[in-house]
Amino acid sequence: MPLLDVRDLTVEFPTRRGTLRALDRVSFSIESGEILGVVGESGAGKSLTGAAIVGLLERPGRIASGEIRLDGQRIDNLAPEPLRRIRGRRIGTIFQDPLTTLNPLYTIGRQLTETMQTHMRLTDAEARRKAIGWLDRVGIPAAAQRIDAYPHEFSGGQRQRVVIALALCAEPALVIADEPTTALDVSIQAQIITLLKNLTRDHGTAVMLVTHDMGVIAETADRVAVMYAGRIVEIGPVAAVIRQPAHPYTDGLMASIPSLEHRVDRLRQIDGAMPRLDAIPAGCRFHPRCPRVFARCHKEQPELLPAGATNAACWLHANG
Amino acid sequence: MAEKAILEAVAVSHLFDVSRPFLQRAFTREPRRMLRAVDDVSFVIAPGTTFALVGESGCGKSTIARLAVGLYAPSGGDILFEGEALSNARAQPALRRRMNMIFQDPYASLNPRWRVSDIVAEPIRAFRLANRPNEVRGRVGALLAQVGLTVRDGEKYPHEFSGGQRQRISIARALSSEPDFLVCDEPTSALDVSVQAQILNLMRDLQKRLGLTYLFISHNLAVVRHMADWLGVMYLGRIVEQGPAEDIFRRPRHPYTRLLLDAIPDLEQVGRARTPVGGELPSPIAPPPGCAFHPRCPLANERCRVEKPAHVMAGDVQVACHAVEEGRDG
Repeated sequence: MPLLDVRDLTVEFPTRRGTLRALDRVSFSIESGEILGVVGESGAGKSLTGAAIVGLLERPGRIASGEIRLDGQRIDNLAPEPLRRIRGRRIGTIFQDPLTTLNPLYTIGRQLTETMQTHMRLTDAEARRKAIGWLDRVGIPAAAQRIDAYPHEFSGGQRQRVVIALALCAEPALVIADEPTTALDVSIQAQIITLLKNLTRDHGTAVMLVTHDMGVIAETADRVAVMYAGRIVEIGPVAAVIRQPAHPYTDGLMASIPSLEHRVDRLRQIDGAMPRLDAIPAGCRFHPRCPRVFARCHKEQPELLPAGATNAACWLHANG
Repeated sequence: MAEKAILEAVAVSHLFDVSRPFLQRAFTREPRRMLRAVDDVSFVIAPGTTFALVGESGCGKSTIARLAVGLYAPSGGDILFEGEALSNARAQPALRRRMNMIFQDPYASLNPRWRVSDIVAEPIRAFRLANRPNEVRGRVGALLAQVGLTVRDGEKYPHEFSGGQRQRISIARALSSEPDFLVCDEPTSALDVSVQAQILNLMRDLQKRLGLTYLFISHNLAVVRHMADWLGVMYLGRIVEQGPAEDIFRRPRHPYTRLLLDAIPDLEQVGRARTPVGGELPSPIAPPPGCAFHPRCPLANERCRVEKPAHVMAGDVQVACHAVEEGRDG
């Protein structure tokens, strides 16, 4: 049984001008110890998927249908209090901007011990000792002294280390990391990604890594899901999705990334832009931009189908 | 670069005053504190080429962008546009017309209350490049077509466009004064990759068609690799390595350039286990003595801790590193 199982998750935003469907029947699962990368352009629904799983959808957004199971137990229909206990204890979260995650008025030691004591039975002394241990593990130098410092006394990279400690300290089974390195400089990014990868491997934690940076995914993830306009258009092992993408969108996305290895005269570009939620085209959502579009794509919406080493939602792979 | 330079920076420095307020300093007897954002930077940009500056946040690359178009006056040294000092540009609107800037955030750099056609027409009117309304309209239409928009888009407001289209509007505006030289400060950092490819292709097409010269500022080495003819790598206000971009990418000499190249996650390295470089970026207010990179440098020795390295030539590439100079870089 997978640790996290998401089935046909649909998220809607009722507005005055009608209901917008931001996620449309999204299904995927993550095993313990596995890192699933979720990529896509802004507005594709990556962050929304993460928010729906931890029950932090912003109003008036709501889960219209579908199921989310953690260890077999449904968590999408829980009352606020049981959900709060699961969030933090079983699911840890890391967001893009470490400054907004940390409370500027509390020392990082207090934030760590409070998180642990909310979810685990620990004395003050035990919690403090564990907090120092976590700071040490995420690479904060002189952890025993720095534990009483406030967030503003740390650099950006160190703050993100503290946020990682905060997300992992209650030893969750699942971590949702939403653009954890986007706000950081490249040389610091590498440190944070390595840290996240090693810590989650050591603890057998499942990770959902949301990012727009394919390079980070290539180095970190085991499998990757590509999202476009609120749907997963391709999902599979990371090497296959990058090297032999089956969906024309994934293919275009990979080809549009400039390479460090060699210089080309022109980058391949996908013309146009992703549709807005109030103007989703009929049939396949990618068909107006697709170089391989044919009649069926205008009318019918494709579901995920086996396509080589991955699964792709594309009529090119419907051989039945 | 045998050709005449279009833009030249000669030993340019720029200081920012980051002192506490006067009264507070008077009470605590604190001296003024100056941040040296740009420290003794020299480079030459040949016409029709792209000079790229890369570096991490706080390295001074955006300050150089602003110095290059005359938004800041250098604290030391000089910036020359075709041999003329930019510092007298106030008296020379002709120089102003010939340079323009494209900014990072297309959501913040366009006036939300103006129609796109007015945004693009503003430089035409300011520099009196056309006077009759018909003529202005014609030019705006041609500029919009040049960046892949339609005349009808001119009637709309910026909020009706996606990020990539907004950056096209910024480019049309930047081109409307018919400049020769464009400073592009992270022009695609706010865009998604597939849109980034559209904008980078457009910029290269326009360069070929119009013979533009770019000063291209970015933190993204892959983007820089795609765009740059000449490359400068910045660290804490100094250019630590500069030369033909191909040479530097093929054989990076400065340990910081090597660190940057190693740190970038690459698509071609699925599942690579990396050996991350330790250390944090030091504060530019109190840069380390000697070579500013020495606390993070694997090759640092006693000399690096006390003596600031001079620029030495290694082939066509100029490097500021004692280890390279002494041949300790392996």
